[in-house]
Amino acid sequence: MKKNTPAERLYNGLVKENPTFVMMIGMCPTLAVTTSMMNGIGMGLTTTVILTVSNLMISALRKFIPDGVRMPAYIGIVASFVTIVEFLLSAYIPSLNDALGIYIPLIVVNCIILGRAEAYAGKNKVIPSIFDGIGMGLGFTVGLVAIGAVREIIGAGTLLGFQVLPESYEPVGIFIQAPGAFLVLALLTALLNKIRAGKPKKDGKPSGGCGSGGCAGCGNSSCAGKNL
Amino acid sequence: MQELLMIAVGAAFVNNVVLSQFLGLCSFLGVSKKMKTAAGMGGAVIFVLTLSSLCAGLIYKFILVPTGIVYLQTIVFIMVIAALVQLVEMFLKKSVPALYRALGVYLPLITTNCAVLGVALINVQNDYTILEGTVNGFATAVGFTVAIVLMAGLREKMEHNDVPKPFRGMPMVLLTAMLMSMAFYGFSGII
Repeated sequence: MKKNTPAERLYNGLVKENPTFVMMIGMCPTLAVTTSMMNGIGMGLTTTVILTVSNLMISALRKFIPDGVRMPAYIGIVASFVTIVEFLLSAYIPSLNDALGIYIPLIVVNCIILGRAEAYAGKNKVIPSIFDGIGMGLGFTVGLVAIGAVREIIGAGTLLGFQVLPESYEPVGIFIQAPGAFLVLALLTALLNKIRAGKPKKDGKPSGGCGSGGCAGCGNSSCAGKNL
Repeated sequence: MQELLMIAVGAAFVNNVVLSQFLGLCSFLGVSKKMKTAAGMGGAVIFVLTLSSLCAGLIYKFILVPTGIVYLQTIVFIMVIAALVQLVEMFLKKSVPALYRALGVYLPLITTNCAVLGVALINVQNDYTILEGTVNGFATAVGFTVAIVLMAGLREKMEHNDVPKPFRGMPMVLLTAMLMSMAFYGFSGII
């Protein structure tokens, strides 16, 4: 696929560099809010919106932001958008706002957003940056929805609030508690590893590689701690 | 006094920041390969989190509330944290070089540790006084350090184990975190 086209960017975010299962970044909201599938969708789409507009803004301003202060500038831009989105949510979708609570303002420090700003939007044209944001955001949403769905089905016997398992099923409550989050993510990642190991390797490592993100401390499994 | 103790025990163990609130997971998973680096990270987090909850508390009470711009708290807090981390780094470099050598590399990573911003926001949400907020910050950081040091110890041991191939790396770490989080669940009875 040609580089930096919208389609390539979407594919990159959804599959090749999927933030949840490949890059392993943005773990805090991934595990914290996925007690139900609805929360996963809400958090994923909120992050997608913020990621897209902040990518747009950062890419548009990339020639004006001096290199030395780019991190504070990025954080300022992201924090402003997060605040705006927080107000919109509390005004129009208060139920989602209550369910996600403190994790909405914490989107500011989500590694995915600063990581994409640093690795992509700060260096590329506006249109590809927008699609990069959409692709990454949707990849994140897919991850959250998958984890949320598994946890909701096993932990409550429902999906999007509807009963899907027979009434006689006894929900395994631990799955919507903290340990269940770790367990489901571990199993899903292992499953993907298994599937990927079966396929012949095409080009080895994802192009994101080490040190491309804005935060070296992020839990990118293969890179973490390498800068230390 | 009893109230402060309750806040401290609650933040450090019962609602452990990593294992039950999922804040600071990035550095928890990323920097827990070796005991030494984990302890260094823990030390740096204790230092910064205590200071930042104090600063954020002061700024909230004496600037944001009187001027009526509470709605800007997220932006102000993250800026304060980033600036504070930078200042602490410069200060340590000049005046306490020994401590800087021990904690230096971890300091820049802390700005993106969501536990720091998280605690500042939780303090505001729970209407803590400045003292309560600072104690909460310190105790949260202690909880983080306990969790990351335990995890590093387990990971060092695990390195020589024969783990099934698909589970190598992150999945195994997450499973370990699951078991730890179950263990910390046991604390929920004590408050």
